[in-house]
Amino acid sequence: MAYVAIADRDHEIEHHDPQTFITKYIWSQDHKVIAVQYAITAIFVGVVALILSAMMRLQLGFPGEVHFISPENYYQFITMHGMIMVIYLLTALFLGGFGNYLIPLMCGSRDMVFPYMNMLSYWVYLVSVIILLASFFVPGGSTGAGWTLYPPQAIMPGTPGVEWGIVLMLVSLAVFIVAFTMGGLNYITTVLQARCRGMTLMRMPLSVWGIFMATVLGLLAFPALLVSAIMMLLDKTVMTSFFMPAVSSMGADPGYTGGSPILFQHLFWFFGHPEVYIVALPAFGIVSDLLSTHARKNIFGYRMMVWAIIAIGGLSFVVWAHHMYVSGMHPYFGFFFATTTLIIAVPTAIKVYNWVLTLWQGHIHLRTPMLFAIGFIFTFIHGGLTGLFLGNVTIDLPLSDTYFVVAHFHMVMGVSPILVVFGAIYHWFPKITGRMYNETLGKWHFWMTFLGTYAIYLPMHYLGFQGVPRRYFAMGDTDFLPQSAQDLNAAITISALIVAASQILFFVNVIWSLKSGKPSGPNPWKATSLEWQTPDTPPKHGNWGHDLPVVYRWAYDYSVPGYPDDFIPQDVSPDKAPVGRDHGVHH
Amino acid sequence: MPFAVVLILLVLGSVLFHLLSPWTFTPLASNWGMVDFTVDVTLYVTAGIFIAVNLFVAFAIIKYRHREGVASKARYEPENKRLETWLTGLTAVGVAAMLTPGLLVWAQFVDVPDEAHVVEAVGQQWHWTYRYPGADGKFGQVDAARINAENPMGIDPEDPNGQDDVVVLDPEARLPVNRPVKFLLRSKDVLHNFTVAQFRVKMDLVPGMDTYMWLEPTELGRFEVLCEELCGVAHHTMRGAVVVAEEADFESWLSNQPTFSEMGNLPHGDPNIGAAQYAVCAACHGQQGEGLVAMNAPKLAGQDPWYVKRELEAFKRGLRGTHEEDVYGKQMAPMANTLPDATAIANVVAHIATLPDEPAPATIEGNAVRGAEIAAVCAYCHGRDGMGNEATNAPRYAGLNDWYLVRQLENFKSGVRGAHPEDYYGKQMGFMGRILKDEQAINDVVAYINTLGSDPAANLAARAGN
Amino acid sequence: MEFILLVLAAIMAVFLGWLLKQSFNTSPWVADPVGDRAHEAPLGANAKTVALTVLLAVITSFFALILSAYAERMDLGDWVPVAEPGLLWVNTAALTAASLAFQWTRQAAVHDRRGQLLPGMLVTGVLTLAFVAGQLIAWRQLMAQGVTLSGNPANGFFYFLTAAHALHIAGGLYVWARATLRLATSGAADAVRQSIELCTVYWHFLLMVWLVVFGFLLST
Repeated sequence: MAYVAIADRDHEIEHHDPQTFITKYIWSQDHKVIAVQYAITAIFVGVVALILSAMMRLQLGFPGEVHFISPENYYQFITMHGMIMVIYLLTALFLGGFGNYLIPLMCGSRDMVFPYMNMLSYWVYLVSVIILLASFFVPGGSTGAGWTLYPPQAIMPGTPGVEWGIVLMLVSLAVFIVAFTMGGLNYITTVLQARCRGMTLMRMPLSVWGIFMATVLGLLAFPALLVSAIMMLLDKTVMTSFFMPAVSSMGADPGYTGGSPILFQHLFWFFGHPEVYIVALPAFGIVSDLLSTHARKNIFGYRMMVWAIIAIGGLSFVVWAHHMYVSGMHPYFGFFFATTTLIIAVPTAIKVYNWVLTLWQGHIHLRTPMLFAIGFIFTFIHGGLTGLFLGNVTIDLPLSDTYFVVAHFHMVMGVSPILVVFGAIYHWFPKITGRMYNETLGKWHFWMTFLGTYAIYLPMHYLGFQGVPRRYFAMGDTDFLPQSAQDLNAAITISALIVAASQILFFVNVIWSLKSGKPSGPNPWKATSLEWQTPDTPPKHGNWGHDLPVVYRWAYDYSVPGYPDDFIPQDVSPDKAPVGRDHGVHH
Repeated sequence: MPFAVVLILLVLGSVLFHLLSPWTFTPLASNWGMVDFTVDVTLYVTAGIFIAVNLFVAFAIIKYRHREGVASKARYEPENKRLETWLTGLTAVGVAAMLTPGLLVWAQFVDVPDEAHVVEAVGQQWHWTYRYPGADGKFGQVDAARINAENPMGIDPEDPNGQDDVVVLDPEARLPVNRPVKFLLRSKDVLHNFTVAQFRVKMDLVPGMDTYMWLEPTELGRFEVLCEELCGVAHHTMRGAVVVAEEADFESWLSNQPTFSEMGNLPHGDPNIGAAQYAVCAACHGQQGEGLVAMNAPKLAGQDPWYVKRELEAFKRGLRGTHEEDVYGKQMAPMANTLPDATAIANVVAHIATLPDEPAPATIEGNAVRGAEIAAVCAYCHGRDGMGNEATNAPRYAGLNDWYLVRQLENFKSGVRGAHPEDYYGKQMGFMGRILKDEQAINDVVAYINTLGSDPAANLAARAGN
Repeated sequence: MEFILLVLAAIMAVFLGWLLKQSFNTSPWVADPVGDRAHEAPLGANAKTVALTVLLAVITSFFALILSAYAERMDLGDWVPVAEPGLLWVNTAALTAASLAFQWTRQAAVHDRRGQLLPGMLVTGVLTLAFVAGQLIAWRQLMAQGVTLSGNPANGFFYFLTAAHALHIAGGLYVWARATLRLATSGAADAVRQSIELCTVYWHFLLMVWLVVFGFLLST
């Protein structure tokens, strides 16, 4: 069966044309509305998780003085904070939010290929969020097993939320995975099938590449979480012994035999490590586009960037056990996983070089999105380099389970992706709303967030060097830590509270600009990619008016010699502008 | 421009922070200097990259930033294969430089030297215990199903290898200096992790399997053992110690520890003999062990025998009743010393166990509803009914003197009790005491405990029903 | 975990091979007038087929992971293999027949033999339902023998695998039921042709999954 390009079939497709408020904004099948719904929900739970982290920091900075946080609360907070941030905020926001918004617009499609399923995806996601948050209110509260939910402890007495909290957590994850799968099928199929004429894969903006590859990873990796969640649920509810060995729990025999806690860890991290890249790859892609646009220069080494995304994605499936060097698994695995882990540093480093080389000889406009993008380079370099410590099996011996780990993963998959999220929101705000955000507030928001988070996490590495363990409600008196370690902890808490509070600037900016921002026009950044070329801003339902766009060039024709403007949109045909051949390309 | 300056300052600041920071690795006390070396290699390589790349970014911003009124255009350069190949190659070299020592050291770590002696560290919620293989150098078989109060390790009583196993139920191990030791790690319940920061190496304890690690202590002294794998609500209180001693001191200590077979033959107290010795106690604690508030002596009747024994020993060893502000503890300490040996203690404990357990009168006023909220965390170890649990080393508190509980909670909170470095149980409880905000919170908790203690017999019956 | 790695490696290899074809030796920075190659579709197929292919990859990963866990857990010493009821062979035959019936129906749809569509669909459905019912009976037989879910990890995996497989069949039956209903009420063959195509692929796939799972169960 021969394929007919979507553009050529455009007239055959019936476009539903929502009229009422409810079909337009609530039960909407428009990818842009679904994107905003995803984003708002994700950011809402993200704020919940941010508040939890502030509470944890209060306890850590001032132990013995914050009496409204009990040890149970503390362990519940770390669990919910971690799970929300990784899954319900970052995964949902990058794929459900940016994926939904950007894929059809950047690929030149009218919508996702299965809009109804796309809508369902959001509502199922919302259900998973509600189940998750409900666990705060059930008897015993939410689970305090840590976001890794390691058995046996996750389902044995001694851990908060062992009756209801853990069950709701596992059910919520399963529901989330269903939602993600529905969304993910859409993103993949849309990228593969609904690109407009001329949009070859190698002309797609890197944002789409990042989101695409992250979705591939998610679709293949989330089943591991689903399998482990179902098996743990069975262990918890009907006393199977998949993961649960024979134990003596506080003098009583709970009745399990022979299971393997390490098996759970393998399954969990088989999902968990690709999950890091599910969050990172969209960030990589988006930041590439921000850098290129605001430096008015093509992204350096586009092909290498695409292949690095793919290589990282592939390698991410063979590094999972670097989370388990000291877990008691067979120690010989350490050789293999340390090697694969350090190999993954090579494509990652290439990405960093190419971002940096994109700035070189560019024409850099330091607007808010660009500040966030360059801030990302800094934090990501830092977080990536500390990953070389932990990935190297020997160094993991002293540093595993200490604050070094906490500092590392917050730099690399907390702060870095969040900087990209903010940069991306500022960058696309004019397209989403048709109005400009407030530049001054945006810059303040950047500085507070960027400097504040560095003040949190740089010192935290040194607590780790000293051997301060993570997931401790209180350190108490020890014979190997100086009093100054506690002072450092207090300082970190103060930075954390300032950073948390300064996020208000973001919300003020967004809400104020929605009503009173200057009209932005269709393409305020003079960007080349398709979403800036829509006939209406914000784009209407169906995105492209009567005719779908036709693409003639890649998304990075900035500052092409011989053309008066410093950008050539993707839909400008070669007879109107240079074709890019032979322009300073080294071979 | 300000951005470039900030970037440069951040790089400089990070380097300075590193150089001036007093927060760095604790002094090494084992053979694993190579671990520190690998860390250093990685640190230098990564610091070099960090500095170079970020300064490059700062320089690029300074040089190529947009300036109002200055017309300039970016250079068009889609890719540069030569440069990209070079960078990839150099990165690979750097990675190899870091990985090589890492793998070499790991090869040493997984390969335990033949001459290493073996010590087993056993974790449970939230306590460390140890086992030494005894003269035969072999451990007896263990089984989770055999674990009970008399056999806390779950050693197979039929296994000849287990008879001479030395069982250390305190969370304190001893090791000879400069002799490699292989730690066999085992958990009774959930995941734990055996960590001594000064030794550099750590490993998880996994229920259902044995894990191991090895090291050679090179410094004399006392090193704190931490659990570094989240193991429940009192994870942070799961502390112990490894004392590294000269070979001779180690051997004499080891020979004084009871073996598994000796543990089975511990003196069974005789309540009749104990009754005579109890006469000294009765002066303050009352003839029936009912406790006398005027003498500041708490009720003993109904308290768990293992706990009475543990605390008597603690008084004798000076773990309790030595803090200068512990007025009543200091009165008790010399009394405990009137009991000459383990047999005497066992006799008194046996006698106390015969005393009638009448509920103590409530004397403390507080908000029991608020207290119940705070005390939810106590129940993990002490049981929902407050009847204590020997397996978690947590004594009964229901039905005892409430004024005594208040005083002890205050002592735990202020550090008067649990200050001695070897008083692990006191230290553990100190962590929990500090979550109580003030006197009111303590009174609330104790008021709640009073609601439990109204009928200990009923509590016990309820528990048996469960 | 070797099993899942092999499966994933295969999926990734297909994916990478295809990507390589798309991107190798192109110079993305060169602008072109739109030629025929510029919008070539990835699999020469339509959106629903692509989505189904992706979904099958996801389901493959799901089952491969369970089987990986199965293989790991099996080695732990307390494994008592389940004596698979002979009924499973009958069920396997039923599912194979269902798959063949679907294939036959599909051929009818392709060659526009409209009259055969509804009978074909009904036969397929009956055979598939027979499979599901047979699995339930097999469960009951095992339960009656005292092979409980929590009795042994082997039992746990048996029930987990068969239940997961049956649930996927149930998902397929939902689509089958919609298509059959449409066919029965309106007789519009064109409207259901694609559903039949996709369902056929899905049935074949679930048969393959079942054969692998069954083989795994039998051999352990």
